[in-house]
Amino acid sequence: MSAATNETSLTGADIVLKALRDQGVEVIFGYPGGAVLPIYDALFQQNDIRHILVRHEQAALHAAEGYARSTGKVGVVLVTSGPGATNAVTGLADALMDSIPIVCLSGQVATHLIGNDAFQECDTTGITRPCTKHNYLVKDVNNLARTLHEAFYVAKNGRPGPVVIDIPKDVQFAEGAYRSPADSMPKSYRPQVKPDLNRVEEAIDLLAKAKRPIFYVGGGVINAGPVASQLLTQFVRMTGYPCTTTLMGLGAYPASDRQWLGMLGMHGTYEANLAMHGCDVMVCIGARFDDRVTGKVSEFSPNSVKIHVDIDPSSINKNVRVDVPIIGDAAHVLEDMIRIWKARGKQPDKAALAEWWEQIEFWRARDCLRYDKTPKIIKPQYALERLRAAISGRDDVYITTEVGQHQMWAAQFLPFDKPNHWMTSGGLGTMGYGLPAAIGAQVAHPDALCIDVAGEASILMNIQEMATALQYRLPVKVFILNNQYMGMVRQWQELLHGGRYSESYSEALPDFVKLADAFGGVGLRATEVSQVDDVIAEMIKVKRPVIVDMCVDQKENCFPMIPGGRAHNEMLLGPDEKVENATPEDGMVLV
Amino acid sequence: MTARPSPFASTAIERHTISILVDNEPGVLARVIGLFSGRGYNIESLTVAEVDRDATLSRVTIVTSGTPMIIEQIKAQLGRLVPVHRVHDLTLEGPFVERETALVKVAGTGEKRVEALRLADVFKARVVDATITSFVFEITGQGEELDRFIGLMAELGLVGVSRTGVVAMSRGPGGI
Repeated sequence: MSAATNETSLTGADIVLKALRDQGVEVIFGYPGGAVLPIYDALFQQNDIRHILVRHEQAALHAAEGYARSTGKVGVVLVTSGPGATNAVTGLADALMDSIPIVCLSGQVATHLIGNDAFQECDTTGITRPCTKHNYLVKDVNNLARTLHEAFYVAKNGRPGPVVIDIPKDVQFAEGAYRSPADSMPKSYRPQVKPDLNRVEEAIDLLAKAKRPIFYVGGGVINAGPVASQLLTQFVRMTGYPCTTTLMGLGAYPASDRQWLGMLGMHGTYEANLAMHGCDVMVCIGARFDDRVTGKVSEFSPNSVKIHVDIDPSSINKNVRVDVPIIGDAAHVLEDMIRIWKARGKQPDKAALAEWWEQIEFWRARDCLRYDKTPKIIKPQYALERLRAAISGRDDVYITTEVGQHQMWAAQFLPFDKPNHWMTSGGLGTMGYGLPAAIGAQVAHPDALCIDVAGEASILMNIQEMATALQYRLPVKVFILNNQYMGMVRQWQELLHGGRYSESYSEALPDFVKLADAFGGVGLRATEVSQVDDVIAEMIKVKRPVIVDMCVDQKENCFPMIPGGRAHNEMLLGPDEKVENATPEDGMVLV
Repeated sequence: MTARPSPFASTAIERHTISILVDNEPGVLARVIGLFSGRGYNIESLTVAEVDRDATLSRVTIVTSGTPMIIEQIKAQLGRLVPVHRVHDLTLEGPFVERETALVKVAGTGEKRVEALRLADVFKARVVDATITSFVFEITGQGEELDRFIGLMAELGLVGVSRTGVVAMSRGPGGI
């Protein structure tokens, strides 16, 4: 080793901390254990990076996701070997499906023990290979700094995703040379961000000639940064065309705008799905034609020319054949689209567009989200409408959810006018996501109002994180729509399995008010309609972690709904519609 | 309203030979194979070896089959693996040569042994090991050629076969 290198020689653990600092990391989420003790020791001896101690490694990942999604930064996680790494797997898979930039450092047994079935050993890179964007096992301390910087580059560039770095304990102790981020670019990974302009011209031509156009927008626009949302809004308004967003894309276009048709897909609005079905030109930006969105693929938007903008070439022509693929970053592409639209003096076909809007307004007049407003029982939709009223006008509200009916109602009823304020597990559908994600968002925005809209079943999957919230004085609010059922499971059993509610009823639930109290938080409950507003007001007023137990109608179902195997124009709008023949036999196998 | 016709409309199954240049690092082959098994793609043949020691690059040759849309997906999925430098669809990109080597062990005596040797000569297979009662032949060629030779040896005391899988390269001066 040369003298020059010797001067900058650091232990592996110190290299980790220095690399994190050089990457601008301010906070990491983690849980210590034997194989990461040297890194925890280095963490103890510095003050630049804050560590949030979670109560389960899965929650560390979701908290980092909440942090990443609410800030646009990379979320960083530190876990130990063996069970630490395997517990992280669900969160990694979640981040991969939803394209969230995460760097997860895991401890590993010493290099000479790898493969020996040592205590708390597992093949972390083997296990996490299919649920990460990329992963590394660092066996030489001199490669550690380069690998860390490369991991951050890979996590945030191109289509973002989780990256794991597995670091054996002896490498954390060993001394080696440090390298700067600029000196650590990956050899081969250079995703295309600027589009092929010929394709953009072609898309603009098609768009200008369209008679029944629609923008179909996904989470890719949010991942491309707030500027992409601004450009999208500008372009959509410039054209006067309707716009719908996916679950992941909520907030990319202001929900309060008339040109927004609401969310599309399985529980999307009537107007959004019928507009998708009837359009003649579809512009998909940063969405991936997921099965929740398309319904029956063979009958998906049968008469449209499809333009697909995506940063990931493998998203193009995966589920649905498209006519004009455009590979690039959403912000770059939108910028080019606006520029070319103006430069070519394009104008929408005003007469055709007026007719199209007339049709859309006719669909919108069905008021597909209406529900039976009874004074006798709290409807979950009503609770969310009151929450919406209570938070309207505030731009410091961050909403997370668990997974199920409450998630769909939150997507339908809460207002998202800006990107990065809505965090939900879209692709993987991970129950237990919401509370840790809200904690991550609250860590990033200490004075904001962070609300986890939850179900009573999902919340129990990571309820231990209440202790994390208390420890760091994070005033997260858990807003439970408690119907004592795994509501979405019960809904499918009612519609598709003859009302045989196999294992979907929770016979023994905790008293959530006492549970909040036991953790040191505040518990509130509403059992009657008249209590809803007071409970919501109190929840917002209290500057401590709160669990709200909103006791809602046990039988309410989530509509509209496209049953599995059906097309966009075969929606069920409410409980009065016939459900016996809702799903064809070949649709039964679909999830 | 219509755009130009899509090249992916066909549902016919096609066989494609794909060449990939990758960083020769631990786990890279697992990534490629995991992608095929995880997404349900076919692998007819897969070969890999380091081709540039200084740059630590390996070249992987995969023979796969699927509809044009699936083949396009396979290439896009391979392309987004971090250690992958380049993906070339040799089948689409023009004429290419494809070769495979097999070692074929045949045991027997008398007329069958003579016939095996005579056929080996016809197929330009080399004898790389011989005993009084056996031969190991080395044969290089197109896959079908190897299949035919091995088929004939089955009648003449075939003991076992070891095949390398396909390696391929485009014709002409262009590199990968």
